[in-house]
Amino acid sequence: MKEKKVVMDAGEIERSLTRIAYEILERNKGTDNLTIIGIRKGGIFLSERLREKISAIEGTDIMSGTLDITLYRDDVLTTSKRPAIEKTYIPFPLDHKKVVIVDDVLFTGRTIRAAMDALMDFGRPELIQLAVLIDRGHRELPIRADFIGKSLPSSLWENISVNLTDSRNTDEVVIEES
Amino acid sequence: MKLILKGGRVIDPSQNIDTVMDILIEDGKISRMEKNISISEADSKDNIEIFDLKNKMITPGFIDMHTHLREPGFEYKETIRTGSEAAVVGGFTSIACMANTDPVNDNRSVTEFIHKQARLAAMANVYPIAAVSKGQDGKVLTEFGDLKDAGAVAFSDDGNPVTDSGLMRHALEYACSFDMPVISHCEDTGLSSGGLMNEGIISTQLGLPGIPGIAEDIMVIRDISLAGFTKTRVHIAHVSTAGSVQAVREAKSAGINVTAETAPHYFTLTDEALKEFSTNFKMYPPLRGSDDVEAIKKGLRDGAIDAIASDHAPHSPIEKDVEFEYAANGIIGLETSLALSLRLVHDGILTINQLVEKMSVNPANILKIKKGSLKTGSDADITVIDMNKIWTVDADKFRSKGRNCPFNDWEFKGKAVMTIVGGDVRYADSEL
Amino acid sequence: MDLSRKDMLGIIDLSREEIDLILDTAESFKEISTRKIKKVPTLRGKTVITLFFEASTRTRTSFEIAAKRLSADTINISASTSSVVKGETLIDTAKNLESMNPDIIIIRHSAAGAAHILSGLLEQSIINAGDGAHEHPTQALLDMLTIREKRGAMEGLKIAIVGDIAHSRVARSNIYGLTKMGADVAICGPAMMIPRDIDQMGVSVYYKMEDAIRNADVVMMLRMQLERQERNLFPSLREYANHFSLNRDNINLAKDDVLVMHPGPINRGVEITPEIADGPHSVILEQVTNGVAVRMALLYLLSGGRK
Ligand SMILES: [Zn+2]
Ligand SMILES: [Zn+2]
Repeated sequence: MKEKKVVMDAGEIERSLTRIAYEILERNKGTDNLTIIGIRKGGIFLSERLREKISAIEGTDIMSGTLDITLYRDDVLTTSKRPAIEKTYIPFPLDHKKVVIVDDVLFTGRTIRAAMDALMDFGRPELIQLAVLIDRGHRELPIRADFIGKSLPSSLWENISVNLTDSRNTDEVVIEES
Repeated sequence: MKLILKGGRVIDPSQNIDTVMDILIEDGKISRMEKNISISEADSKDNIEIFDLKNKMITPGFIDMHTHLREPGFEYKETIRTGSEAAVVGGFTSIACMANTDPVNDNRSVTEFIHKQARLAAMANVYPIAAVSKGQDGKVLTEFGDLKDAGAVAFSDDGNPVTDSGLMRHALEYACSFDMPVISHCEDTGLSSGGLMNEGIISTQLGLPGIPGIAEDIMVIRDISLAGFTKTRVHIAHVSTAGSVQAVREAKSAGINVTAETAPHYFTLTDEALKEFSTNFKMYPPLRGSDDVEAIKKGLRDGAIDAIASDHAPHSPIEKDVEFEYAANGIIGLETSLALSLRLVHDGILTINQLVEKMSVNPANILKIKKGSLKTGSDADITVIDMNKIWTVDADKFRSKGRNCPFNDWEFKGKAVMTIVGGDVRYADSEL
Repeated sequence: MDLSRKDMLGIIDLSREEIDLILDTAESFKEISTRKIKKVPTLRGKTVITLFFEASTRTRTSFEIAAKRLSADTINISASTSSVVKGETLIDTAKNLESMNPDIIIIRHSAAGAAHILSGLLEQSIINAGDGAHEHPTQALLDMLTIREKRGAMEGLKIAIVGDIAHSRVARSNIYGLTKMGADVAICGPAMMIPRDIDQMGVSVYYKMEDAIRNADVVMMLRMQLERQERNLFPSLREYANHFSLNRDNINLAKDDVLVMHPGPINRGVEITPEIADGPHSVILEQVTNGVAVRMALLYLLSGGRK
């Protein structure tokens, strides 16, 4: 029997994202050279929402992209099955950009390590920042997030899933024992 | 030394015999054949060997009229000794060997050499087939008379066709003077050259150049026409196509003196076997389609095809463990031929009597050798068969030097368990 | 979906799902070649050997670029078939290669089945880069990727393949692939270049260019091997070009937006006239770009833990 607990509902998620949007703007002093890159798959929805919010607040469009980090993963050849490769879409050089990478859950840090390596192949950003909805601890690399929706100390045998949908009002973050 | 074979089912189509009885062998000859030969009648007990062959079949020694023994010249592939040893293990008391050695068997000294080597090996009887043309190059006839005196039993340029129809005509005509058959390897090289396998959907899929069945048919029809025109006889080697079977059948009913042989692989395998590019399925003529396989079975049953011969063609890994297109043609067969042919009996396509005809009586008649019969006074060449023995092919254990066998690991029912040549037991299964 | 196989020997035994997986993966890989740094670290520490018994700068280069963009180490070995005719050299070469501990071996050979020999002999993944007139799977995959990109799918498209079908591994691999993907494949050439019973492979056969390309969505012209003339397969190049080349006139029989493809290198004026090869219908350069992506996809999908 699996115990399932909702740790963030749609309202909380919405408020966190709004706060993060303001924090990003504050930290980067506006939208000059600001770029938001969502990590496939969990970061795509979130980065899109953040982009909308920031654009709405500042009244200007910002550049965004999506990144599949599979080819940079340190376990890509050790699994028995080759993970599917999705499209990466960053149609502009990242030189001198302030890049905010967005993911749903920050856990071991390995995904972010892969993402940073990947981004370096698109140019030399001025800086890279990390925004996540959940930070669940258990880092295996010296990586920390710049913008966090919620810190959620969890045990290793727990599963955290971020379920975002187009309709938004059913958004939730749940934690369950695995 | 005397031998008594007791209690076996004796099958001798040459005398219309199919019954359980004993055979007494004296001085290398069959001296008596009757029910219950009693031992006391014969001399002292230490001078006589008795074999209990209950539930076994006793037949006139099997004859493989088409083999390649590779000696002289290619002793790394096979020698007369290893080939004739493989023969007796496979149940053959006599084999005929083709002339495409180096030097070619186109003169008395090579023919005599083969006889000498066979005598030294003391396994199966070996009958040399001499070349039709000097050097097998299709230009000048060999000395048929001299070769016959030296002990050749037939003429063939096998390995190559005789492309010049005029030369073939003369060969057929001249061979009549010596009452010897000409054995024709039928191949229209204009149609076959460059080809690597049967032409059809499989060659198309594999991208390998094809050899159409008509490359054989056309030459079979040519040779039949020549035999009919010159009122001579011709023997067609390794029939592989439905067209050839039909041509031979029609020629026979038109009274033309033609005989034909096929090889076990042509009624066992199709070109589908080539899909993995295994060179052990590469031979000439190539494996054909399933229609051809059916036609060959039918031809064996209705008598269009007279004989089964192995076309035993040993090669070394140097010629076979290479890309398909560079690999040599040919597979070995002496040690699997009988088992593959017995499948025809198990499958009800031939009776055991018919099989003995195809593998002993008819080859003896075609080659005009005094074999293929258990008549009193004839050479005691005998094959003993256990129809129910289950065994699995292990090519590594073959007596032949060749390992180019497409039937490795196949399981068979039926095997030669004893081979007697001239009253001498040359092979006996460990169970006997 | 997973590509659960050790080797890529031919299209014949691929499923439709496997083809889709390879094409999807290749489509994702295309973007890498547009980056500032055109390289991902995925196959770092892996060794890819290209073993070419036939000269083909294009195919070899394409494989080599693909491997390098995935950070694999590449070793190129050229062998001449003339030294192989004698005997065991392919097997000897294979055993020598094995002792170098490569991960993937890419073989091009003039003999059909050469890749199968390596596959049976070696633990390593083998990719067939063309074996005789048998198969050239990566060419067919890049052709299918090109068609899919331009037309969305292959289902229902009328695709004409024109030329020396009998001696073409490109034709065979494409016939297997395109028919699996639901295309309606027409083949065309002079009768002596159409192999026997090929209709059993699910294609329609034409002996006149006009009949084959009428209403075609795609026309794939095969490279004419000029030495075939010596083997009496056709009377002269001029005669061949007059009847079987794609030109300004007969292209009008095809659909208005017909795609013109050619595996390269083109004998200009023989299979295809220059104005068509360089014209708006031609996707020949896209084919080259897609070649790298498809080969990257295969190297990726065949790498890693054995299933
Ligand atoms: Zn022959
Ligand atoms: Zn032969």
